[in-house]
Amino acid sequence: MNLFLNIALYAQIALCFFCLYRIVKGPTIPDRMVGIDIFGILVVGICVIIAVLTDKMFIIDIGIAWIILSFIGTLTLAKYLGGRKLNE
Amino acid sequence: MNDLIFKILISIGVIFNLFGCIGLIRLPDVYNRLQSATKCVTLGTCSILLSLVFKFGFSEIGMKGIIAIPLLFFASTVAAHALIKGAHFFGVKLGDQSMIDDYEKDKEKKSKK
Amino acid sequence: MRYIVLFFILLIVWLVLTFDLTFPNLLVGALAAIITTVIFGPHFVRDVRKFFQPQRYLWLLIFLIVFVWECLKANFDVAYRVLHPAMPIKPGIVKVKLNLKSDIAKTILANAITMTPGTISVDLVDDILYVHWIYVSSFDPEIYSHKVAGRFEKYIKRIFD
Repeated sequence: MNLFLNIALYAQIALCFFCLYRIVKGPTIPDRMVGIDIFGILVVGICVIIAVLTDKMFIIDIGIAWIILSFIGTLTLAKYLGGRKLNE
Repeated sequence: MNDLIFKILISIGVIFNLFGCIGLIRLPDVYNRLQSATKCVTLGTCSILLSLVFKFGFSEIGMKGIIAIPLLFFASTVAAHALIKGAHFFGVKLGDQSMIDDYEKDKEKKSKK
Repeated sequence: MRYIVLFFILLIVWLVLTFDLTFPNLLVGALAAIITTVIFGPHFVRDVRKFFQPQRYLWLLIFLIVFVWECLKANFDVAYRVLHPAMPIKPGIVKVKLNLKSDIAKTILANAITMTPGTISVDLVDDILYVHWIYVSSFDPEIYSHKVAGRFEKYIKRIFD
């Protein structure tokens, strides 16, 4: 069981490096933002796997809060990208 | 039995996340990258969250997993919508293989008026 | 009326999330629900009678089954396009006309389109939806608006409109 979860955890962390590649390399600014957005969703999966692996269940709460924070961050950046005010 | 379903759901989640990230690397322009990444990564993470229900039953932790699924779904779709609109406003052109762009045409028509 | 409905929905979500039926927890949940209701109440749906019509929940169940199936198909479609060595894509932005009236129905349809095979919604101007499509298979508006939106429109019209 532990071996399986460890493999899943390291696979998920390896996927984060794909996103980092897109953030560093991305030819335009929107490309980098897509990388940040996907990175935020991958972290939620990492939180869930760590919570089951170490048996500390409050980490799932951190995951739920992370969804909302990453969502607000992406929305703000996207509004800035379109050159609009925040209340439009 | 439940342990087996738990393992299968986590495997499906990680494999779909892998497809999404390969799409993020391989596809040619920002719109196609957003397509593959949003769909695959959202479903993969939803599957990982759903696996909590089979591991812990309908207890405190399983219910947290169920609540997080619609939250993640709406958050990621709305974020993708905002990003693709922002990218279009920012002036990123569609890739070379593109066939048609009605949105650009309508925006030009509106600005002429 | 709609403030009361919103308050009870938020309280139920809080209770499910914390899973604790003691009095202090209930008090904190009620306080948080009241603050949220005062701030976000004016943006809630106008016609709350829709919450008490049972046939809508039945259609919602059918819609969820259809939607999960389409979601799985979308993922295999994307996986095929990504893993294929030549990457068979023909992207483009097309516009689709909707026949839905209420705002919430349009929002749900746009979110559903984002998760279906090869389409992602870009912008919504009045009742025209601009859709980015990864494989534009025809240029006839009749055919592609059926292909993009026709699968979900009849369910969403029954549930939210």
